[in-house]
Amino acid sequence: MAVTPIKFYQTGSFAVGGRLLGADQRSVQSDRQRINSIDCGHRACQGCGEALGARYALDAAMRATGNRMVAVNATGCLEVFSTPYPETSWRIPWLHSLFGNAPAVATGVAAAMKAKGRTDVRVVGQGGDGGTVDIGFACLSGMFERNDDVLYICYDNEAYMNTGVQRSGATPAAARTATTPAVGPEPGAVFGQGKNVPMIALAHEIPYVATATVADLRDLEAKVTRAMEFRGARYLHVLVPCPLGWGSASHDTILIARLAKESGLFPVFEAEHGEIVATSKIRRRVPVEDYLRRQTRYAHLFGDRPRTDVIARIQAQADRNIRRYDLLGED
Amino acid sequence: MEHEKPFAITLDVGSSRANKTGAWRTERPVYVDLLPPCNQACPAGQDIQKWLYHAESGDYENAWRGIMADNPLPAVLGRICYRPCESACNRGQLDEAVGINSVERFLGDEGIKQGWTIPVADPSGKRVLVVGAGPAGLSAAYHLARFGHAVTVRDAEAAPGGMMRYGIPRYRLPRDVIDAEIERIRAMGVVFEQNTRVTDAAKTMADGGFDAVFLAVGAQVGKRAYIPAGDSARVLDAVSLLHGMEEGERPLLGRRVAVYGGGNTAMDAARTAKRLGATDAVVVYRRTRDRMPAHESEVAEAAEEGVAMRWLSTISEIDGEGITVEKMQLDESGFPQPTGEFERLAADSVVLALGQDADLSLVDGLADVEHADGVVRVGPGLMTGHPGIFAGGDMVPSGRTATVAVGHGAKAAREIDAWLRGAVATEPPAPRPATFENLNTWYYSDADRTVRPHLDLSRRVSTFDEIKGGLDASTALFEARRCLSCGNCFECDNCYGVCPDNAVIKLEPGDKYAIDLDYCKGCGICVAECPCGAIEMVPEES
Repeated sequence: MAVTPIKFYQTGSFAVGGRLLGADQRSVQSDRQRINSIDCGHRACQGCGEALGARYALDAAMRATGNRMVAVNATGCLEVFSTPYPETSWRIPWLHSLFGNAPAVATGVAAAMKAKGRTDVRVVGQGGDGGTVDIGFACLSGMFERNDDVLYICYDNEAYMNTGVQRSGATPAAARTATTPAVGPEPGAVFGQGKNVPMIALAHEIPYVATATVADLRDLEAKVTRAMEFRGARYLHVLVPCPLGWGSASHDTILIARLAKESGLFPVFEAEHGEIVATSKIRRRVPVEDYLRRQTRYAHLFGDRPRTDVIARIQAQADRNIRRYDLLGED
Repeated sequence: MEHEKPFAITLDVGSSRANKTGAWRTERPVYVDLLPPCNQACPAGQDIQKWLYHAESGDYENAWRGIMADNPLPAVLGRICYRPCESACNRGQLDEAVGINSVERFLGDEGIKQGWTIPVADPSGKRVLVVGAGPAGLSAAYHLARFGHAVTVRDAEAAPGGMMRYGIPRYRLPRDVIDAEIERIRAMGVVFEQNTRVTDAAKTMADGGFDAVFLAVGAQVGKRAYIPAGDSARVLDAVSLLHGMEEGERPLLGRRVAVYGGGNTAMDAARTAKRLGATDAVVVYRRTRDRMPAHESEVAEAAEEGVAMRWLSTISEIDGEGITVEKMQLDESGFPQPTGEFERLAADSVVLALGQDADLSLVDGLADVEHADGVVRVGPGLMTGHPGIFAGGDMVPSGRTATVAVGHGAKAAREIDAWLRGAVATEPPAPRPATFENLNTWYYSDADRTVRPHLDLSRRVSTFDEIKGGLDASTALFEARRCLSCGNCFECDNCYGVCPDNAVIKLEPGDKYAIDLDYCKGCGICVAECPCGAIEMVPEES
């Protein structure tokens, strides 16, 4: 019997690490010496997807830059829960200015580093979807347009969670927020509004654009690492479920991010210079209902009179993503 | 010392570590070791998940030692076990069960090839007699020797092995494999006395100065049923047929052979008949296939080799020309009832495979040893009513397989050891079962089962060569790694990676993880995302 060499590990590449993995196959997060950019004692809610996403992304960026990196932070949950004066959770050089200007401040830091001849020090800008999609959007678009040497990471939890769950430009259709209540014939956020910032970034034809979720650590780390190989403006959009705002169980944070991707609602892809170069295929396809049911922000769709019409419209969005980004089939 | 602070700043900046967010917690994660279904299902009591864990890293010697903790015959059981572990395997619900038995066979063969040995304890000064050198007796002898007792095995046959040698054909179990595993037990100091039938257990114990006796004579006598048979009819029983084969006999069965019965022995007899040159081998069984006691794989392999099956039929008469068969039908309780419809079937010989009885004459004279319906009554510790005389294997009520017998032998050895020390054997309580629902199967990559090579059909039916090939080192590794490690941490780092509060501490390799309760908020993500379900949430005391 001919023996073919088998590349196989007990849990494949899906788990964070594993005792049998070689050094080159290990994730940053499996490393006992990982930097832990955001330290313990931060005041994020139980099961916070953003705390997780930020640590994943920044730890990977730190490794990719040899720990020579500055992070600039917009106002929002991430800033509030990590730095209530006089405590800080940040174990990396970190700068906060205002809600709306993180991309501009990051640009300034990058310019200062260039002026000082410190091109080895890289700059990461970051914020939530409120600070990125709405309030900081002009600065972000300017940063893209000038092709400033910044990786900007948006942690998308689909509303203004820090101030009490108000709708943002990233809030999905039909979701209940404090400003889009679940009342009337068209409950929740309106269909047809909002911004798809990854596609807008793509339209700027900057060197690198990608999306990711906290459910696929290795994909997220690979994208941060790849982003740091480029100079110029780069954009990473990370889906980070919010147990408080979405009304999901704190232990379901990663599961919900996974369902967003596996249903097709959140397409995970990678683009270079305005062209999509890779998509993460759906591995175990699920109907959007599996995703929606786990969140009380959609509870009004599953009441005594289920809104199958609304669920069908959301399913149609997922189906469109599947076609548009070619999410089925083999990798 | 007070230093100059910037404008409007009154406090020194400090780490958020001062903020003990663990105080928010109402539930805490706790690492557990649950009972994987394979372990739960193994009649030999093997800790299968534990030895697969060693095999996964290619540490075959430690994996083999893990098997040997319970089972001294891995190369044998790796061939003939009916694999209740695989039927129970959680991976079966995902794609296909892990080929546990294949890995066991590989490790068993590796143990023989490498000459690995098992250490024995210092001599205890106690002497134990084991009656019967079948799987139960060998297992007991092995474990008793490990404990340091002087063990003598007395067996009525010319060679040790019991039904493994005299009941299982070579095409399923090559004899050099049995010999090698028995030789290893002999090398541990066990004395084998063959061709020595024990006729009175208590007398032999007293005469020989033995401190304890383990009886494991098996069920060697083929059951008879009254079937009218003419003088010219050629009728023999399956046990004698298989036994004779081992002693080099080639019985004349003729071209057309009918086998009466539906157990594994019936399959062995029919397949042996084929190999001896029968053109027609037909199994006559009174119920339906799904009610056959024979193992699924044996029935399938027999059918592949051309053995025909006649369900819902009994033999009512045998003569020199053939047999008369009565058709049966199952009543509501599944019991076959006669229909009065008869048919003739040509047959040159008839092999009866109607089950086996134990020859219990060696305890007949003992007033304190109860036996009824062909089996000896034993207590939960396998001791008979006679102090110091224990019994196990097919001669006590049990599922009659070699693996069950090996489990009996191990249990009897523990009980005898305790009894000799004036103690009572205690078994730790079994942990909670690890169910499929506990797993997060997302994390396991898709991997088909590794298939073992099979002998060509034409070679199979014409020789007694072994049918199934084994795995090699790389495929054994692959198969072991398909193990989901149900309910037992295998250090995949997922909990360490998915904690939003950095509250999981990764310890040195092999030491697994700890939870930093100063900062664990009790969100439960580590529990939800653990692939193997080895963490659970426990409420905090209020």
